Amino acid sequence: MSLQTEAVGLPSRFDIIRIEGFPLLPVLILGGIAFVAIFANVLAPYDPEIGSLAARFRPPAWQVGGSGEHLLGTDHLGRDVLSRLIFGARVSMVVGFTAVIVAGVIGTGLGIVSGFLGGWVDQVIMRITDTWLALPALTFAIFLTAIVGPSEMNIVIILGAVYWTRYARVIRGEVLSLKEREFVKLAIVAGCSKRTIMARHILPNVLNSAIVLGTLMLGVVIVTEAALSFLGVGVPPPKPAWGLMLADGKKGMMVGYWWLTVLPGVCIMLMVLSANLIGDWLRVKLDPQLRQL
Amino acid sequence: MVVLEAAGLSKHFRARRGFFGGDRGNVRAVDGISFAIESGRTLGVVGESGCGKTTTAKLVLGLEEPTGGSIRFEGQDLHALDAAARRHYRKSVQAVFQDPYASLNPRMRISAIIAEPLTTNERLTAGEVRGHVLRLLDLVGLPNRSADLFPHEFSGGQRQRIAIARALALSPKLVVLDEPVSALDVSIRAQILNLLRDLQAELGLSYLFIAHDLAAVAHMSHAIAVMYLGKIVESGEAQTLARAPKHPYTQALFSAALPSHPEDRREEIVLSGEVPSPLRPPPGCHFHPRCPHAMARCGKQAPALDDVDGRLVACHLYGASTAAAAA
Amino acid sequence: MSTHPLLQIDNLSTHYVSARGTRVVRAVDDVSLRIDAGETLGIVGESGSGKSTLALTILRLLPPAARVASGRMLFEGEDLLAKSDAEMRRVRGKRIAMILQDPMASLNPLFSIGDQVAEPIRVHEGVGRAAAWSRARELLKAVRIPSPQTRLLQHPHEMSGGMRQRIVGAIGISCEPRLLIADEPTTSLDLTIQAQYLNLLRELQRAHGLALIFITHNLGIVAKMCDQLAVMYAGRVVESGPVRQIFNAPAHPYTQALLNSIPRMSDNRNRLAAIDGQPPDLVALPPGCAFAPRCPSAFDRCRESPPSQLTFGDQRTVRCWLADAGSDAADSQVRKGAA
Ligand SMILES: Nc1ncnc2c1ncn2[C@@H]1O[C@H](COP(=O)(O)OP(=O)(O)OP(=O)(O)O)[C@@H](O)[C@H]1O
Ligand SMILES: Nc1ncnc2c1ncn2[C@@H]1O[C@H](COP(=O)(O)OP(=O)(O)OP(=O)(O)O)[C@@H](O)[C@H]1O
Ligand code: SF4
Ligand code: SF4
Ligand SMILES: [Mg+2]
Ligand SMILES: [Mg+2]
Repeated sequence: MSLQTEAVGLPSRFDIIRIEGFPLLPVLILGGIAFVAIFANVLAPYDPEIGSLAARFRPPAWQVGGSGEHLLGTDHLGRDVLSRLIFGARVSMVVGFTAVIVAGVIGTGLGIVSGFLGGWVDQVIMRITDTWLALPALTFAIFLTAIVGPSEMNIVIILGAVYWTRYARVIRGEVLSLKEREFVKLAIVAGCSKRTIMARHILPNVLNSAIVLGTLMLGVVIVTEAALSFLGVGVPPPKPAWGLMLADGKKGMMVGYWWLTVLPGVCIMLMVLSANLIGDWLRVKLDPQLRQL
Repeated sequence: MVVLEAAGLSKHFRARRGFFGGDRGNVRAVDGISFAIESGRTLGVVGESGCGKTTTAKLVLGLEEPTGGSIRFEGQDLHALDAAARRHYRKSVQAVFQDPYASLNPRMRISAIIAEPLTTNERLTAGEVRGHVLRLLDLVGLPNRSADLFPHEFSGGQRQRIAIARALALSPKLVVLDEPVSALDVSIRAQILNLLRDLQAELGLSYLFIAHDLAAVAHMSHAIAVMYLGKIVESGEAQTLARAPKHPYTQALFSAALPSHPEDRREEIVLSGEVPSPLRPPPGCHFHPRCPHAMARCGKQAPALDDVDGRLVACHLYGASTAAAAA
Repeated sequence: MSTHPLLQIDNLSTHYVSARGTRVVRAVDDVSLRIDAGETLGIVGESGSGKSTLALTILRLLPPAARVASGRMLFEGEDLLAKSDAEMRRVRGKRIAMILQDPMASLNPLFSIGDQVAEPIRVHEGVGRAAAWSRARELLKAVRIPSPQTRLLQHPHEMSGGMRQRIVGAIGISCEPRLLIADEPTTSLDLTIQAQYLNLLRELQRAHGLALIFITHNLGIVAKMCDQLAVMYAGRVVESGPVRQIFNAPAHPYTQALLNSIPRMSDNRNRLAAIDGQPPDLVALPPGCAFAPRCPSAFDRCRESPPSQLTFGDQRTVRCWLADAGSDAADSQVRKGAA
């Protein structure tokens, strides 16, 4: 009997069940955006920051007055929208990912320390977290940029500083239950130091949650970045950020220059939606399956 | 020689979270118990689910701070130990817990799990550690290749054997065994119990052995303590206690031992009445709402743990004034 | 239609395959079983013999490394392996419930006991929160958890081991399933509570015709609860049949050894009778009978080829060469082994 090869080799009908629900489209979209961001130099037909005033407000190629020269048209300074969108992907990706990582590292670290040590350390960290969470995120971010001034680097730090609290909350909750588990008790019995226990026993077991949270936060962070840019306190022009493009284009909306707002808007939406769908899938996937019962 | 001695040990947990944040009072998980474990011997602890056995184990392991009472290890009060003595205590007391699934870190390989007490406490080369790990795996009947696998690749019983291997890694003096064999099948249970007894004879280990399997407890223990709702209600030499339990709860407990053959039915004392709550223990003798021998006095006055024919029993049936009535 | 057994499993095999496909653990291998409504089937067997894997396969809750390699599972005449995930979710909890061996795996540490017991009631029965919570309280009471009102508000880590186990049990019976698979549901219960809990399951069985699959190491429970018994060894069912018959005359040498190794209250300080040798490594099974390295009656044929399943007497099966010859000689050899 070739039971063994059957089980290992060809995917049988039993395997199809397993990959059901894999968010293929979101992964393709996010992967595509990442690809475009990485190879922006090669892919973009024009320099995104330099336009020609002679070619202002060209519509996309398929509309009357459009041409193959500027596939997605040009903006009020005559810059190629497609090139700006492509380079904008880079800004969104870099800012989004770095900010999520900054927030994740701070939040996860403080969440673990807070949950595991408990006592006054926990009290202090959680008070701060509560205060932080009570502030409206966007206003808080605007306030911070007003202090340190807008730059790509500052935006990353500010977004990290605004959003770490979400991690801290969730991770602390998880740690509270983890530290009641027997293997942590046994590590104490074996004589491990608190630092060892946090690094060896707690951290690897909250990593899944941190990653899931990260994917979900990616959407939030990108929207905030876009909002900051839209309000003029984000990534400084002429850098092509999607939020900034949206803001620049809003005046043209009335007179029919729809592509200046709709296209960056669609990009933001696609990215946020994809990140959220992947996050949702991961959350189900990484959770011990048996909780489905 | 007494290795470990507990006197008047208690642990109360606060049960908060009333619907309106109100305090619902204390869970008296362990309520003033005293016992001693002699070197090279086994103290078995039995009792109803939730009566405080695991909490007692955690107190001994220093995982919970007692609300009251004291624990002395080799004559020294645990509270008064300095850092070095505390480390010595940690090395000398190891544990195996009830739940084989929660006892192993899912993100660590078996070799790292078993070696953790060794690498934490002793300076050994990687080769020496590996050698120890393989020897310990062999001791508990697992193939060598297990060392490089992760816990989720093992069944419940196999995990428990890994936990036992880990507990034995440091050659401790006292091992706290909290239902170590509940998850094992009878055959491996027998192997592990035999193994634990061989190790005891060889290394002079002491055990605090908690289990629901009365036959296993009777088999393993030199002395038995029976707990009910946070208190010890009967304790004494294992064989006499198992053969002729005196406290009505112990009697019911031992009579409920299931026959191991379908045609081998025997008389069972079925306890009626609600299982009492440690949140609101009944007044007087905690057992009186379910006790078939309850008297008027039992609902008012808590019986003391007194010497009855060479063992300790907390029951008015055996009190000086009622001894005649019991007979 | 009425001739259908409630659950019929034919030649089921479940394997765990390592990431690169190089290691195959044959956790369940060619297993056939059946259970009728209102019946109790006990499954016993050495630790690691595939009992939990079999249970998880029935509910299709296997971890990602597992593959159902072959077989068929008919529940009320419907093929469980052909169902979609969504259909399976409607079966789980409502028609087939399971009490997992690891109570913490089915309890979420972050939610209160009440939320978790009430959840399936709300999902499957569509009742409101208040009603579900009061049902939850009744259930905790039924499984003998004192002060249920307070306990509902507490979290899993505040429960003792036995309480957690009973809470998972309460969730299992909450939607009155047709079939309840209980994987070692009483390991952390003391005997008095265990007795009450088993009686509760019995009552449910009588009242609703609930069928039970009882996975346990405790032969006492098998003796008390079960009608049918299946003995597993190294992923296979090596013996099955009515409990009484197997207890009185076990046909397979492993079953005989198992029945001999029960500790008894009386034989205190002697060594317990254990089965010598190591449990088999499911990755590298011997070519013949998996029990051969430890079997006292093994002979040459056992080491060469695996015995196939043989049916004899009244619904009994056994996988052992001793019983295979079909001749009176072999038959008497089985008897001899049993004595
Ligand atoms: N961390 C905690 N917070 C609040 N209550 C607790 C905590 N740990 C245990 N308890 C309570 O203390 C009591 C005793 O629990 P313990 O775990 O010691 O019981 P046990 O005798 O080991 O029971 P089992 O046989 O079921 O394991 C129970 O009522 C339990 O709910
Ligand atoms: N995720 C996994 N990956 C690889 N092997 C596994 C996995 N889960 C279980 N196994 C292996 O499959 C076999 C059967 O395991 P299973 O949990 O079904 O045993 P069991 O009969 O329930 O044992 P126990 O009585 O100890 O719970 C074991 O040998 C185990 O090592
Ligand atoms: S003191 Fe009274 S109620 Fe308590 S066990 Fe003895 S006879 Fe029963
Ligand atoms: S087939 Fe042979 S080795 Fe296997 S159980 Fe029967 S007698 Fe023993
Ligand atoms: Mg316990
Ligand atoms: Mg199992």
